[in-house]
Amino acid sequence: MGLLSRKATCNSHGQDSSYFLGWQEYEKNPYDETKNPKGIIQMGLAENQLSFDLLESWLAKNPDAASFKRDGQSIFKELALFQDYHGIPEFKKALVDFMSEIRGNKVTFDPNNMVLTAGATSANETLMFCLAEQGDAFLLPTPYYPGFDRDLKWRTGVEIVPIQCSSSNRFKITESALEEAYQQAHKKNLRVKGVLITNPSNPLGTTMSRAELDLLINFITAKEIHLISDEIYSGTVFSSPGFVSIMEVLKDRQLEKTEVWDRVHIVYSLSKDLGLPGFRVGAIYSNDPIVVAAATKMSSFGLVSSQTQYLLSAMLSDKKFTKEYLSKNKKRLLKRQNKLVSGLEKAGISILESNAGLFCWVDMRHLLSSNTFEAEMELWKRIVYDIKLNISPGSSCHCSEPGWFRVCFANMSEDTLKLAMQRLKSFVDSMNVNDSNKSHQELKNARKSRSRNKWVFRLSFQSFHDREQDER
Amino acid sequence: MEFTRKNNNRQLLSRIATNDGHGENSPYFDGWKAYDSNPFHLTQNPDGVIQMGLAENQLCFDLIKKWVLQNPEASICTAEGVDRFKDIAIFQDYHGLQEFREAVAKFMGRVGGNRVTFDPNRIVMSGGATGANETVMFCLADPGDAFLVPSPYYAGFARDLRWRTGLEIIPVHCKSSNNFRITRQALEEAYEKAQRLNKNVKGVIIANPSNPLGTVLDRDTMRSLVTFINDKKIHLVCDEIYAATVFSSPRFMSIAEIIQDMDCDKDLVHIVYSLSKDMGFPGFRVGIVYSFNDAVVNCARKMSSFGLVSSQTQFLLASMLSDEEFVENFLRQSSKRLAKRHRVFTKGLEQVGISCLKSNAGLFFWMDMRPLLKEQTFEGETELWRVIINEVKLNVSPGLSFNCCEPGWFRVCFANMDDETVEVALDRIRKFVLQGTENAAGAGNKCKRRQKNNLCLSISSSRLYEEGLMSPAHMISPHSPIPQSPLVRART
Repeated sequence: MGLLSRKATCNSHGQDSSYFLGWQEYEKNPYDETKNPKGIIQMGLAENQLSFDLLESWLAKNPDAASFKRDGQSIFKELALFQDYHGIPEFKKALVDFMSEIRGNKVTFDPNNMVLTAGATSANETLMFCLAEQGDAFLLPTPYYPGFDRDLKWRTGVEIVPIQCSSSNRFKITESALEEAYQQAHKKNLRVKGVLITNPSNPLGTTMSRAELDLLINFITAKEIHLISDEIYSGTVFSSPGFVSIMEVLKDRQLEKTEVWDRVHIVYSLSKDLGLPGFRVGAIYSNDPIVVAAATKMSSFGLVSSQTQYLLSAMLSDKKFTKEYLSKNKKRLLKRQNKLVSGLEKAGISILESNAGLFCWVDMRHLLSSNTFEAEMELWKRIVYDIKLNISPGSSCHCSEPGWFRVCFANMSEDTLKLAMQRLKSFVDSMNVNDSNKSHQELKNARKSRSRNKWVFRLSFQSFHDREQDER
Repeated sequence: MEFTRKNNNRQLLSRIATNDGHGENSPYFDGWKAYDSNPFHLTQNPDGVIQMGLAENQLCFDLIKKWVLQNPEASICTAEGVDRFKDIAIFQDYHGLQEFREAVAKFMGRVGGNRVTFDPNRIVMSGGATGANETVMFCLADPGDAFLVPSPYYAGFARDLRWRTGLEIIPVHCKSSNNFRITRQALEEAYEKAQRLNKNVKGVIIANPSNPLGTVLDRDTMRSLVTFINDKKIHLVCDEIYAATVFSSPRFMSIAEIIQDMDCDKDLVHIVYSLSKDMGFPGFRVGIVYSFNDAVVNCARKMSSFGLVSSQTQFLLASMLSDEEFVENFLRQSSKRLAKRHRVFTKGLEQVGISCLKSNAGLFFWMDMRPLLKEQTFEGETELWRVIINEVKLNVSPGLSFNCCEPGWFRVCFANMDDETVEVALDRIRKFVLQGTENAAGAGNKCKRRQKNNLCLSISSSRLYEEGLMSPAHMISPHSPIPQSPLVRART
């Protein structure tokens, strides 16, 4: 019998994935404008760093919230003692109002149906514990956020079965893909408990269409299963079509108080919209009182610090501030995304048309040496080690087609983004030169040139392995 | 239709979501409910229920407030600290802020009497000790495995160790005949019993200082524990959450100190810590897993993603706990005030013939009410408890809720109230013990005068319970952070 648990010794935490390896490489050699201008530029981190000035200026104008005071009186003691898992009522009210505002006030939320958790990471895991167990599966459209492998599966024992989406229809979910996934689960003897979507999508950066949401509602109604909508990026929608929340569709179809109403659950967080991942503010919203009750009790394992609840309660209750923040934030995201898109265009690279998120889903299929995931990995390694950009390969997001990469744009300065695009362009230009050389050589001596190119790629692969040995 | 809909949906939930593993349906929480609906307030509700079931440390907030006011740069939101706002707000690295880990390691060392140094790289964050204990279980054991837990033990262990992990708790019953000490014999017996029942025992978990006993483990007991787990090749988890609440001798010894001079497999030893009791910060959710086993540190660290400490809080506490002068003064004052409060209560109770287990730590004492039981059974204990809640109006915690094997013991918290409330509480206990129970108006309960310490407990408990329940919506809790809201209180 092992000394530790199976969970401790397996790798379902998913951290051996390339998604995290890129991070590690960045940590060893991080770009800095002055101190390390040749370092790796981090483009694999979906952070929103564009609007801190707005937050800081709010803080300057609100000294009470900043220093544990209410009406000039210190409430430090009350906050330090407050560990009620129902959360600070004012905070939950402010949070549901904020969520409503993001949805154009087309839906309203009841604070009593909300459970606070330590980040969306905890929210997603907690929902799994409530809705499923060993032997069950959730269906997820691909490509999906790599962290789901850990958050949904690791300690819960629940399986993920992918709903395969493809570039042929811009990665939209289709009825046949849903059915196919459902059947796949059954073949593996797994009981399907629900579907989990991320809307807006990570890594696609797109909002789901009403048609897709309708399709999903029909599907979960017919199969009598759950739907979890992770709406962590809902406040990052910067252009049309706008954001349509699953709750809005349910309401429009007059499905309130029906069975399916209780089986739709939302996950939210302030890590992306407000750019505060360090504060660990997540939430579960459910219309099912049993889920709310169970999740509330489970939140004991990861409550939100009362210090943080208090600060954000004051901030989000300031409606003038939230309105201004959401509007300015969107404008900045749009502008920054445009810069990335035009930079990529100059390098002859296109993206999946996107209107949300902190990243773009970039099409590099034409740069692959072959239409395989091995070729994708080779390309990725060159991008990380030679061009020194940490971007996330589609395979780490379980994409069904090789050649796609997620590239983040909101976690760096404009200058850094410009530099990153320059590096990329140089790389692509040099590849094109190689390619044209290659075809010239091949005209002269086909076998010789093929083996030389193989030799080039094998070297890159080899050096990566050497690094792994030394530095892991 | 409605019923069918709810029932169908209920079947679509997990077993964990619909079972009682969270432990909150236990009658233990009835006392809380009675308090919530009728909370004591010195001036606004002097007849309300006094909360003595909540192990909180409220004695030193003046010191902390003073420090916070003098150190505005410790907050990332003030003018003095806002330069750090962005960096801290983005910081979600599950290693935690370096300065935070260093400050916590130093604090733990200081609390352990500086007899051992803690390595900041072994400090792993978690969502309070609640999160820490669960995480350690996830790392060490699989569903169906078991952990030995000396009783009486913290009621929350039932949820923290078992609920989502699928583990079993096997109590190691400790008895009053030897002051509830953990004996090697009791451990061996529990282990053998588990073997006979085909349970796979993965380890032992203890709380030192003990909740609910308020005692520290002596060196011999600790060495004996280490030998036991080493022999059996099972884990030892030490929950040291009350380490700095030791207010008189014997001093606190961390398990880290004990294993320094012992020949044992350190990969088997793990510590859980928190700032909720020592500093009085349960709202900040600072839990720590500290393991001597590298694989456990790595695994727990990955799992800490599910309950990281808010970076805003890490930053504040890194600053506070690095202030050596403040820490020295705080620990000294805290001990003094806890000692004084403990003395006031235990002496007050002695005067009316109520004894407590001799203790030197914790935020509570273990009160011996066996002489007042109508019958020496758990039914007798529960009856007495309902009287204490509904007639005497004190929320205390019955031994049964801590899995104590002998009826008649109660945990009474003393550090979560001001001095005036202490007087009222003592006064009520004195009256209760000396005069016997009185009828509540119109209750129709019978009460006979008996000799000295015998009390009449032939009262319908459900009736009593109803009388205890009032729902004055206007009642304001003295401890609510939001003065206009109804009382909100933790359930643990």
